[in-house]
Amino acid sequence: MKQLAILSGKGGTGKTSITACFAVLAKDAVLVDCDVDAPDLHMLLHPEVNKETEFIASKIAIIDETKCTKCGLCREKCKFDAINEKLEIVAIACEGCGVCEFICPTKAITLAPRVSGKSYVSKIKYGLMSHALLFPGESNSGKLVTLIRQNAKVLAEKAKKDLIIIDGSPGIGCPVIASITGVDAALVITEPTMSGIHDLERVLKLLDHFNVVPFVCINMYDVNVNNTNRILSYCREKSIEVIGVIPFDPIVTQAMVNGKTIIEYSPDSTISGEIRSMWTKISIFLGV
Amino acid sequence: MIVAVASGKGGTGKTSVAVNLAISVGNVQLLDCDVEEPNAHLLLNPKIYRKEPVCNLIPKVDRELCNACGECTKFCQFNAIFIASDKLLIFPELCHSCGGCALVCPTKAITWEKQRIGTLNFGSADDVSLVYGELDVSKPLSVPLIKAVKNQINKSGNVILDSPPGTSCPFVETASDSDFCLLVTEPTPFGLHDLKIAVDVLRRVAVPMGVVVNRAGIGDRKVYDYCEKEGIEILLEIPYERRIAEFYSKGVPFSLEMPEWAEKFQILYSKIKEILKE
Repeated sequence: MKQLAILSGKGGTGKTSITACFAVLAKDAVLVDCDVDAPDLHMLLHPEVNKETEFIASKIAIIDETKCTKCGLCREKCKFDAINEKLEIVAIACEGCGVCEFICPTKAITLAPRVSGKSYVSKIKYGLMSHALLFPGESNSGKLVTLIRQNAKVLAEKAKKDLIIIDGSPGIGCPVIASITGVDAALVITEPTMSGIHDLERVLKLLDHFNVVPFVCINMYDVNVNNTNRILSYCREKSIEVIGVIPFDPIVTQAMVNGKTIIEYSPDSTISGEIRSMWTKISIFLGV
Repeated sequence: MIVAVASGKGGTGKTSVAVNLAISVGNVQLLDCDVEEPNAHLLLNPKIYRKEPVCNLIPKVDRELCNACGECTKFCQFNAIFIASDKLLIFPELCHSCGGCALVCPTKAITWEKQRIGTLNFGSADDVSLVYGELDVSKPLSVPLIKAVKNQINKSGNVILDSPPGTSCPFVETASDSDFCLLVTEPTPFGLHDLKIAVDVLRRVAVPMGVVVNRAGIGDRKVYDYCEKEGIEILLEIPYERRIAEFYSKGVPFSLEMPEWAEKFQILYSKIKEILKE
């Protein structure tokens, strides 16, 4: 079984639009939407949810008002400012570490399981999908990513599918690290802007650190051809293969508005051709 | 006044709005809280005059005192401490620095040591002073670094925070202590979907908000319908224009080249002030 991750460092470069096209081209893969705090892939692939599970990865402190003597020791010891002046738990800040429970002299505080989101196992037209939704403001996105990747593996093994395609989240922190551990290759979608280049360099360093083979795609290349050339020569220097160069085209947004992948919405466009050719290169590399 | 510029979806134009707003209003402090991928300095082109390392605290074990009783392992909710063949192992990347292990240790074998997680950069361009954090590549925990950036807030002045994308802990950490949050979105299904999640979070932390629609003209009208229904004011629309995209790509704030926009950003800032007065 092979695993491919689509990343970008910078947000909004086209990860999800391109991932959705790969789902269509791969025909029978397991898709994973690892952007768990702002997932968008479902709007293009329309999963039918087969199984929904509560995601519990941490705890939250609860104060029993009848036992609390308002001594304030919990507020003093909490490292996360999660207990306010009125000595109430601020749910959004509490990390469930248990320090308050431990130090409370009257045993007024207990830790309770915290439901931070939901994970889903679904069917899509082009295979299966493992996805999730982190509730607003919750933490533990890295653990949720690990969970839905594990779910995807189980799904792929059961249904005998040989490819997992992962739509990553922006950035280089916890959820991104959780999205790339153990993958066979990563495709970084960048754009020819100063920020795009800066973030590309950082995400490539991260991939190097975790020994993941990188490929690069430059989206909206014609917005700044000089910068596109800079990215091309940077990648050449580092021996990183640029497998796609895509022009700006309003059909990307039109496809999204219609809830379709670009390949379905406009199969004969230049962009669809370029995405097909990227897919051919990646599938040859992965041997799928 | 502290204004956070945020969005659920990445790449909607947060940094562009934050920097153009800062330059247009002037005499402000701009803090880039997107420590995973900081970009504000690429648009602002500041002179960086100081850099300092940022550390968080992680437990350190005195092997002489530790008797491998396992109390700390039992206590740690983050699985950051393990005992393997009577030896205590610490995984700094999992540690949330809660201090619990040192509290429960019966032999007082645990103290704290600093672990470098990133850098704070201080700079300025004209009358905008910039602070940005830069997380070391391969370090997963961004929140302590965001806190370090926020510690630089000068509360008596005007402050603009450029928030990281998403709606989980890094966003909450940035937006929660702000007086106002500007949500930058684009009029597309992805933009709308992620805007709704961000609005949800802001309502939970009770931060007043307004919307900036970037790349207006692409996509559809659903963002506008949603804002009207929810009573969220659209404070500024920036049309999709190739010129604006090209300036951004070169690292040039478009309000410098298109002065009519400097005025629009000043008006945006006055509107926020008025909303907060009411």
